[in-house]
Amino acid sequence: MTGAVNGSDIERVFRAESGRAVASLVRFFGDIDIAEEAVQEAFAIAIQRWPETGLPPSPAGWIITTARNRGLDRVRRESSRNDRQQQAFLVYATEAHTEVGPVEDERLRLIFTCCHPALGPEAQVALTLRLIAGLQTPEIARALLVTEPTMGQRLVRAKSKIRAANIPYRVPDDHELPDRLRSVLAVVYLIFNEGHVATSGHALIREDLCGEAIRLTRVLVELMPDEGEAQGLLALLLLTEARRPARVSADGSLVRLGEQDRSLWNSALIEEGHAIVRALLRRGIPGPYQIQAAIAAVHADAATAEATDWSQIVQLYDQLLMYTPTPIVALNRAIAVAELDGPEPALAIIEQLDLGNFHLYHAARADLLERLGRVDEATDSYDRSIDLTTNMVEQDHLRRRRADLHLH
Amino acid sequence: MTQYLLSVHGVEGEEIPAPDEMQKIFKAVDDLNTKIQKQGSWVFAGGLHPANTATVVRVQNGDVVTSDGPFAESKEQLGGFWIVELPDLDAALALAAEATVACAAPIEVRPFQDEPS
Repeated sequence: MTGAVNGSDIERVFRAESGRAVASLVRFFGDIDIAEEAVQEAFAIAIQRWPETGLPPSPAGWIITTARNRGLDRVRRESSRNDRQQQAFLVYATEAHTEVGPVEDERLRLIFTCCHPALGPEAQVALTLRLIAGLQTPEIARALLVTEPTMGQRLVRAKSKIRAANIPYRVPDDHELPDRLRSVLAVVYLIFNEGHVATSGHALIREDLCGEAIRLTRVLVELMPDEGEAQGLLALLLLTEARRPARVSADGSLVRLGEQDRSLWNSALIEEGHAIVRALLRRGIPGPYQIQAAIAAVHADAATAEATDWSQIVQLYDQLLMYTPTPIVALNRAIAVAELDGPEPALAIIEQLDLGNFHLYHAARADLLERLGRVDEATDSYDRSIDLTTNMVEQDHLRRRRADLHLH
Repeated sequence: MTQYLLSVHGVEGEEIPAPDEMQKIFKAVDDLNTKIQKQGSWVFAGGLHPANTATVVRVQNGDVVTSDGPFAESKEQLGGFWIVELPDLDAALALAAEATVACAAPIEVRPFQDEPS
């Protein structure tokens, strides 16, 4: 097709294909920087050329082939200074691969490199957004609310550790896969969560990050169709994202799950999430993300907050606690217990949890105390919660709830 | 191939394992050494005397000064190390996992710089 190709078409191709292109060139060159620069260069050429020639039949193949040739040129230029190893590589590279066909998807190897446990969690998130999602450094800096130089430095440091320590590009062996996959899924989940309730700032939700996380999870599911936990994570993210239109009111304030206008929920996302959860249940190999997805599915099933099947939710939390016996899961379970058995038993559970630095712990405690009519204690708990919250929208919400206490 | 330093870190003044526990550790480390040598990754390894046997030599105002060590004032001190040559970090981490179990102490894995060609 030789219709008009404009900048946004090319940007769309970049978003969709740069991760794959970078991954395949990292494999080819064994170096992230060479791969990234070559892909950037190829897109720069595309911007000049495609408006005239139209999109090539396979834009992704065109990008990879062009980038590979540019990268080879660069290695050749730099290796003319006597690096025997690189000379040998060039001979191998030019002889062995003349045309890039429908290449094996290399993104999976690179995802495991980006989320390698030898890298810190912040570096894992940044590298994944950069190399797999194809975000530029300023975008990542904005998304994660750090300055551009800080993000640039973080990426440089992470990439130089990969190079110096020789962190491999490979999919882990079967016996290590569960562990390593967990860290990959955790990174994607972290990206989504940062979007779902931004750590700080004035907007509650950062849609860009939620969208990227869902896109990444779709890639993981596509690459590892047999991994139930990857599917579970996708269902969880879809079912959570489905509630987004109802989570914030017209004036930008937060609306709690129980008070949301459920007609605003995105039914297409719910349907997709439900279908995945049903298929996973048939498969019968549960895991923590699958259970969380099932919990989200129970919420999505209820036409009204009152119709929620809380006993099923408490059961699912019991199951989740067996996999991840953390105080946060116990807190969420207690919130469900409050709906099923009343605030008193829930408060008894909460009092035993060691979560004094977590703002939602105090918010949940305040809510239970409020329901029990213990207004003074509830006020204290709201105060603690407000002090610990860094997101402005959440803070406003808690302030309103504290103010409402005295209206009763 | 990359060369890695696997260093054994101990905390000074921490309780020393009982003699029979110590024998177990020696045996486990011996076995591991044999394994590393057999698989061809061995470069060098050794255990060190406690840090209070260390001496520090440095240049101060143009003079070479010798003083009682150790250099680092921290409580964590190097107790011994392996230098091994392996295909990548995953292989080094797998070996470090065996090493930390064998010598019952945390292991730090650090890559060596490439030899200048």
